[in-house]
Amino acid sequence: MAFEGLAERLQAVMQRLRGKGKVTEADVKEAMREVRLALLEADVNFKVVKTFINRVKERAVGQEVLKSLTPGQQVIKVVNEELTELMGGEQSKLVKSNRPPTVIMMVGLQGAGKTTTSGKLARYLSKQNHHPLLVAADVYRPAAIRQLQVLGEQLDTPVFSLGEKEDPVKIAEQGVAYAKEHHHDYVIIDTAGRLHIDETMMEELKAIREKVQPDEVLLVVDAMTGQDAVNVAESFNKKLGLTGVVLTKLDGDTRGGAALSVKAVTNCPIKFVGMGEKTDALEPFFPDRMASRILGMGDVLTLIEKA
Amino acid sequence: SKTSTSFVGAISDLFSGRSKIDEELFEELEEILISADVGVTTTMELVERLRQEVKERKIKEPSELQPLLSEIISDMLELEGKSNQLQMNPDGMTVILFVGVNGVGKTTTIGKLAHRFKNEGKKVVLAAGDTFRAGAIEQLEVWGQRVGVDVIKHQAGADPAAVIYDGIQAAKSRKADVLLCDTAGRLQNKVNLMEELKKVHRVIQREIPDAPHEVLLVLDATTGQNAMMQAKTFGEAVNVSGIVLTKLDGTAKGGIVIAISNELQVPVKLVGLGEKPDDLQEFDPAQFVHALFKD
Ligand SMILES: Nc1nc2c(ncn2[C@@H]2O[C@H](COP(=O)(O)OP(=O)(O)OP(=O)(O)O)[C@@H](O)[C@H]2O)c(=O)[nH]1
Ligand SMILES: Nc1nc2c(ncn2[C@@H]2O[C@H](COP(=O)(O)OP(=O)(O)OP(=O)(O)O)[C@@H](O)[C@H]2O)c(=O)[nH]1
Ligand SMILES: [Mg+2]
Ligand SMILES: [Mg+2]
Repeated sequence: MAFEGLAERLQAVMQRLRGKGKVTEADVKEAMREVRLALLEADVNFKVVKTFINRVKERAVGQEVLKSLTPGQQVIKVVNEELTELMGGEQSKLVKSNRPPTVIMMVGLQGAGKTTTSGKLARYLSKQNHHPLLVAADVYRPAAIRQLQVLGEQLDTPVFSLGEKEDPVKIAEQGVAYAKEHHHDYVIIDTAGRLHIDETMMEELKAIREKVQPDEVLLVVDAMTGQDAVNVAESFNKKLGLTGVVLTKLDGDTRGGAALSVKAVTNCPIKFVGMGEKTDALEPFFPDRMASRILGMGDVLTLIEKA
Repeated sequence: SKTSTSFVGAISDLFSGRSKIDEELFEELEEILISADVGVTTTMELVERLRQEVKERKIKEPSELQPLLSEIISDMLELEGKSNQLQMNPDGMTVILFVGVNGVGKTTTIGKLAHRFKNEGKKVVLAAGDTFRAGAIEQLEVWGQRVGVDVIKHQAGADPAAVIYDGIQAAKSRKADVLLCDTAGRLQNKVNLMEELKKVHRVIQREIPDAPHEVLLVLDATTGQNAMMQAKTFGEAVNVSGIVLTKLDGTAKGGIVIAISNELQVPVKLVGLGEKPDDLQEFDPAQFVHALFKD
């Protein structure tokens, strides 16, 4: 399970703190050294780690904390609060336009999971009695349109395509017009994967964004991404103005630090997580629960909801 | 041209822009290595080795550090008894199996490699062993048409081992020089999918002695520390013989391959530098190290 390795490491540090009657500044420093390593090994960006550690240190060596009756627990509380903050606080839902259709644009690096997630979102919305339309705006990747069409067939969701000879901006625009005409209340635009430093390809996304004015621009990020996640997220955000993030492949055993980094640099909420290749493997993301889970406070809320 | 962001500092002048070798320099070096995904353990090891060399060789000039570090890293990337080049079957057909997690670039690399072999005048056959992902067979077919080589396929949902078996028979009867076998992406912690992959591997071994001649693990350069787990688990399952590092045309450095080479003794053989047929190169350790320290 993703995040597990990180959880284990952090919990071991916290366990040691919890047991202490007295906590000295040196104890906090030592604990933070270990937390730093745990976060780095989980792929949290090193600058994000630095900021995080400094904030925790600053708060944790404060007089009230160390002199309190349960200093160890106070430090843990600080770490938990800061971690939740880093993950984005409250859950953030998909936006719904009051003038349908709600337009969702999927963007990201090559192979991150945009097309698969588009299919998953279509299914997620259909389950809630919505009528999504999928729009095939990736004209570059071999058989990208076919991939989306297969997903559409599986889900009984229509796929709008103009083939691969048309301009993606035009495809997106006509796709939205088609949705209006045919009373689809959601439009999901699948775009081609691209590098954040590819100026021409980034301009194309910008043009689509300007033309169709999407309600959501979701950056799809592979949960296994390393230190570069911040550069990618920052570039996409600067160029396009993201509204949210989808973290994919969390069914692996990655420690998932990219989640923390991306949130930290874009300040965009993680809205969904991908938990598998099948179209039902999409879940809303709860930052507070994830933070507690990482620190081993038990994912109580999730358990309650599942019961 | 690369956009510079607030998260990328200028690091090229780390060594040249300094007057002395001090703690601060080592710390900054650590950060550069970590930000290149080299990983904490290997970073510590590298910096420690560098410190020792500095002491032993009584090095005073920061400018002497870069070649020294390059030497240490290249040493980790060039493995004794293991070539950084593809091993071709000297007498007969070469079979190469591609494995890796989802979306790393397996199918694309097969297309590029087919293109290269074709240009060398070799007869190439592709086997569409990914019968699971939507549009995967069609994707390989487009590559087949693009570079002008045959693709052996079954229907979506078919048994991958059966496709590979047919691929082998077809390649044999067509007297192909190279057979490239695609497989579905799978996360290494999915036990049943790893078993399926082992079965594919066994079929190849059974049909042709000494095959597969290469089992290439495709790694995405943007991947962080999880790549180590990928290399370990795929290595145990199907005896990975080399690594293809894709998407090096982005800003990620792929530093984790240093740790993988060093710890698991698996050489990097090819790098992917884009989505076009020509965007594939042999792995060059010196060039790779140079890029690590380039902004
Ligand atoms: N295990 C797992 N695999 C996933 C998940 N999401 C996507 N994938 C797989 O990741 C691979 C890439 O997914 P795609 O949807 O094709 O990615 P993309 O971003 O559209 O790729 P490009 O269009 O080439 O940029 C496929 O093999 C998917 O099945 C997930 O949550 N878990
Ligand atoms: N920029 C860049 N993109 C690449 C490179 N190699 C592959 N890609 C892109 O990455 C995406 C995924 O590539 P695929 O070849 O489909 O990856 P895969 O490993 O076969 O994926 P699955 O079969 O879904 O597991 C596609 O959009 C490719 O065009 C590369 O070296 N550089
Ligand atoms: Mg796609
Ligand atoms: Mg593939």
